[in-house]
Amino acid sequence: MFAMNYRRVMECIRLSYLTDGALCCSMACMIVVIDYNVGNVKSVCNAFRYIGCEVALSREAGAIRDAWGLVLPGVAAFGYAVSALGSASELVKEAASAGKPLLGICVGFQMLFDQSSEYGVHNGLGLISGKVGAIPPGRVIPHMGWNQVELPGDMDLFAGMGDRRHFYFAHSYCASVSDETAKVAYADYGFELVASAQKGNVYGTQFHPEKSGKCGLEVLRNFYNICQKGHGH
Amino acid sequence: MLTRRIIPCLDVKDNRVVKGVNFLNLRDAGDPAELGARYSDEGADELVFLDITATIRSRKTIVELVERVAENVFIPFTVGGGIRSVEQMDALLRSGAEKVSVNTAAVENPEILTEGAERFGSQCVVLAIDARRTKGQSGKWHVTVKAGTEPTDIDAVEWAARGEELGAGEILLTSMDADGTKAGYDNELNKAISDAVNIPVIASGGAGTLEHLYDAIVDGHADAVLMASITHFGNYSIRQIKQYLRGRGIPMNL
Repeated sequence: MFAMNYRRVMECIRLSYLTDGALCCSMACMIVVIDYNVGNVKSVCNAFRYIGCEVALSREAGAIRDAWGLVLPGVAAFGYAVSALGSASELVKEAASAGKPLLGICVGFQMLFDQSSEYGVHNGLGLISGKVGAIPPGRVIPHMGWNQVELPGDMDLFAGMGDRRHFYFAHSYCASVSDETAKVAYADYGFELVASAQKGNVYGTQFHPEKSGKCGLEVLRNFYNICQKGHGH
Repeated sequence: MLTRRIIPCLDVKDNRVVKGVNFLNLRDAGDPAELGARYSDEGADELVFLDITATIRSRKTIVELVERVAENVFIPFTVGGGIRSVEQMDALLRSGAEKVSVNTAAVENPEILTEGAERFGSQCVVLAIDARRTKGQSGKWHVTVKAGTEPTDIDAVEWAARGEELGAGEILLTSMDADGTKAGYDNELNKAISDAVNIPVIASGGAGTLEHLYDAIVDGHADAVLMASITHFGNYSIRQIKQYLRGRGIPMNL
C-alpha cells in the first residue's frame, strides 16, 4: 500500500518536472538543445530527460558556452532551419570547433555539412565536408520509416550496440560525405544512404534517435556519456 | 532495407481512446497516453492519434494530450482530426507530434499542404483521405470529409496525386466502406492510390486478421498498415503481428 502510494507520488513529481520545460538546473546544464523555432524540439528534450540527463532548451551564448554538449535538432526545411538558426549558428560553430560534443539530428545533421540544395541552395555550418541533395528518384520519397543501419565498430554513438540496428527516418534529402577523415554509417535504401557521420567531436544522425524507441535512447545515452567524459566525469 | 510499418491507431474522444464500427457505437479502450506507451514498449513502429471530437473546445485538450504522450512515447506519432491551420499544425508539432494529418481542411484549402510542407518539411504533413466507393462505378472512389459524413465529387486517386504535388509527405488512406468491418482492407483502393503516388501510403480500415495486414502490403502495395480493434482489445500483440509478417517474407523491425 505504502509502496504504491510512494510510487504514485514519485511519478507525480517526475511528471511535474517533465511538463515544465522552463525548469532547469541552477548550475550549468549538461546538454543544451539549440532552440531555434523549429518543430518538435520538445521530443528531443523529453528523450534526454527520460534517460536521466539534465537538458535545457536555449540559444543563449552563456548556456551554449557552459553546456557539456550541444544538440542541434531539426524538423523543418533546410533553408527555413538555417535562417531560423541565424546568429546562433556562429555560437554552435565556435563551440564545436573548441571541442564541445555536438549532435545534429535529421535537418540538424544535414546542417553540419557545407551546403544543401533543398528549395534553393543554402549554406550549412561546414563542420563536415559534404553536400546535401535530394534522395535519388525511383523509390518512395520521403524515406520514411524504420531502416536498418550497419553500425561501424569505431563510431562512439553506437558503442555497445552490435552490428546493426533499426532506426526511424523521415526525410527527402540526404547527405553525401566528402570528408575522408569522417566516419560514416550507412543504411540501404536502394543506394548507400548516409545514416550517421562523425568527425572528431561532431556527431550527427539522419535518423531520429528521439523517435527510434529503445535503440534511439541508447544512442542518446552514448552521446550523454561522450559529453560526460569530455567534461572529465 | 526499409521495413513495413505496423501502426496502431487511437481514436480519441474527450481524452479517451475509442473505436467505432463505421464511426458509430463507440467503445472505450482506455487512456491515450497509457495505450501509447504500451504500444511503444511492445514494438509498434508508429502511432496515430485521431481526435474525433475535434471541436474548438477540444483543441486545447489535444495539445495537452500530445504533450503528455510525448513524455513517455519515443516512437513517431501522427495527430489528426479537426486541424484547420498551419498554426494548429505548429502547436501540435511543438508539443511533440512527429506529423500532423489533415483531411477536411486540405479539401477546403489545399494550400495548407504546401504551407505546411514549406514550413515543417513534407515529412510532417500527412494527407488523410477518407474514400468511399462510388456507386455504379467500378474502380472509382470519392473523397468524403467531416469524418466521413459528407461526400464530395473529388476522385480519391486524383486527389492523392494532387496532394503529393502540393506537398503532402504521406497519405493516410481509410476505406470508409471497409472501416470497422474487420473484413479486410480495400486493397483495390490501396493499390490504385499506392501506384498513383510516390510518397508512402498507410492503409487503414478493415483489419480483422493477420492475413488482412499481409494482403494490404502485398496486394494493396501499402507501405504501412494501420489497425485499431485487433490490437486494442488484445486479439494480437504487435510482436505476434510482426513475427507473422516476417515469417511471410515482409521486412519488419523486430
